[in-house]
Amino acid sequence: MTETATEQAVYTKQLNVTVNGQARSAAIETRLLLVHFLRETLGLTGTHIGCDTTSCGACTVLVDGTPVKSCTCFAVQTEGSEITTVEGLAPAGGLHPVQEGFHEEHGLQCGFCTPGMMLTATALLAENPNPSETEIRWALSGNICRCTGYQNIVKAVQYAAAKMREGS
Amino acid sequence: MYPARFEYFAPSSVEEALSVLERYGDEAKVLAGGQSLIPLMKLRFASPRALVDLNGIDGLDELYEDNGMLNIGALVRHKACERSDLLRKRYGVLADAAPQISDPIVRNRGTVAGSLAHADPQGDWGSALLAGGGQVQVRGSDGTRTISLDDFFLGPFTTALEPTEIVTWVQVPEPGPRSGGAYFKLERKVGDFATVAVGVHVSFSNGKVERAGIALTGVGPRNLRAESAEQALAGHELDDEAIGEAARLAAQAAEPRDDVRGSAEYKRNVVRVFTERGLRKAAERREKQ
Repeated sequence: MTETATEQAVYTKQLNVTVNGQARSAAIETRLLLVHFLRETLGLTGTHIGCDTTSCGACTVLVDGTPVKSCTCFAVQTEGSEITTVEGLAPAGGLHPVQEGFHEEHGLQCGFCTPGMMLTATALLAENPNPSETEIRWALSGNICRCTGYQNIVKAVQYAAAKMREGS
Repeated sequence: MYPARFEYFAPSSVEEALSVLERYGDEAKVLAGGQSLIPLMKLRFASPRALVDLNGIDGLDELYEDNGMLNIGALVRHKACERSDLLRKRYGVLADAAPQISDPIVRNRGTVAGSLAHADPQGDWGSALLAGGGQVQVRGSDGTRTISLDDFFLGPFTTALEPTEIVTWVQVPEPGPRSGGAYFKLERKVGDFATVAVGVHVSFSNGKVERAGIALTGVGPRNLRAESAEQALAGHELDDEAIGEAARLAAQAAEPRDDVRGSAEYKRNVVRVFTERGLRKAAERREKQ
């Protein structure tokens, strides 16, 4: 049985959001998860799908500056929001201090958790420019690194914190 | 796409939300933080025809004291509780529970009221709020009713909430000037459910226990109140003997089961230990006021 256009329309919404500073608009199914909207509708595959069960934090993005697990949020819920993905971190031609920190301190091994780690770290530093090691570990406790490379991830965030304080 | 299809509504008032619930009855679900509901929908354990998103409703994100009650709006996130000075000063059991719920990113979105409505027997808010003597304000198209949490939780994932009703506020009576509370939780890792947790809230009068609230997480089909332990404390000084006896009674009230997180025997013992620690911490916090 084919569906009528009206039947389909009730399950569809026009979504208007700003992603990495750019206005984006798309007609999407209401059941589309934010992570699929970013990866599939917009082609921003820097946001990774890890556990898909709200546990690992690989899919973390910032919604109006707040870290959110994008596998556990419907895209329609973000109407009117500003979303930042890992693709939006770097300024033109350079690296964000958090990215530089991960590079300098070898804050990644396989790299799968890195986008989520960096976005959570970015939100932490926006709020707390000089976090203690405990505060960093606490803030990152919703992001899992399968390589267990936490030592260097913490160092990377400390590097970024110092760099950002220097620059401000 | 994992979840089944649904119609999405983003009402700007409680009345508007209720009218959608009236129309869809038990085929609708209310969405606040979504940190329990969305995982259920992805697994298709829940496949509502309509989703009513409360996030566009003003005023439900407030957390304040008024008229002898702490009021927690339906959109108050775990994170807001974690950061609340009011909770830290006066509601030790709630302030302790907040930062132990799931992980920091989930706490950015998940809500207190949503956790209660979800009624996971391993949920932390249920026990923390039962210990504090909490209740919920529920709105339906016929008006508002108040349900004590004792009557709200019926069983695993089951509450007294009608499909056409919304939990709008969670309330806890203001503790008296001499009171203290604490929440102790054992979890295997950040983000895991409690193996066992115990919430304790004690108010004192003339150096004796006036009211004790003790509630248990993860050791029964719902968040359990250890009533025999509470009653044993009422009217007594909170000395070592009373604490030991209450802890023993709380352990007896637990209904633990063997599972991957531990044996029933082990969990029962953790209830005993945490009840003891909780009561000691509550007494210590009273002293500081």
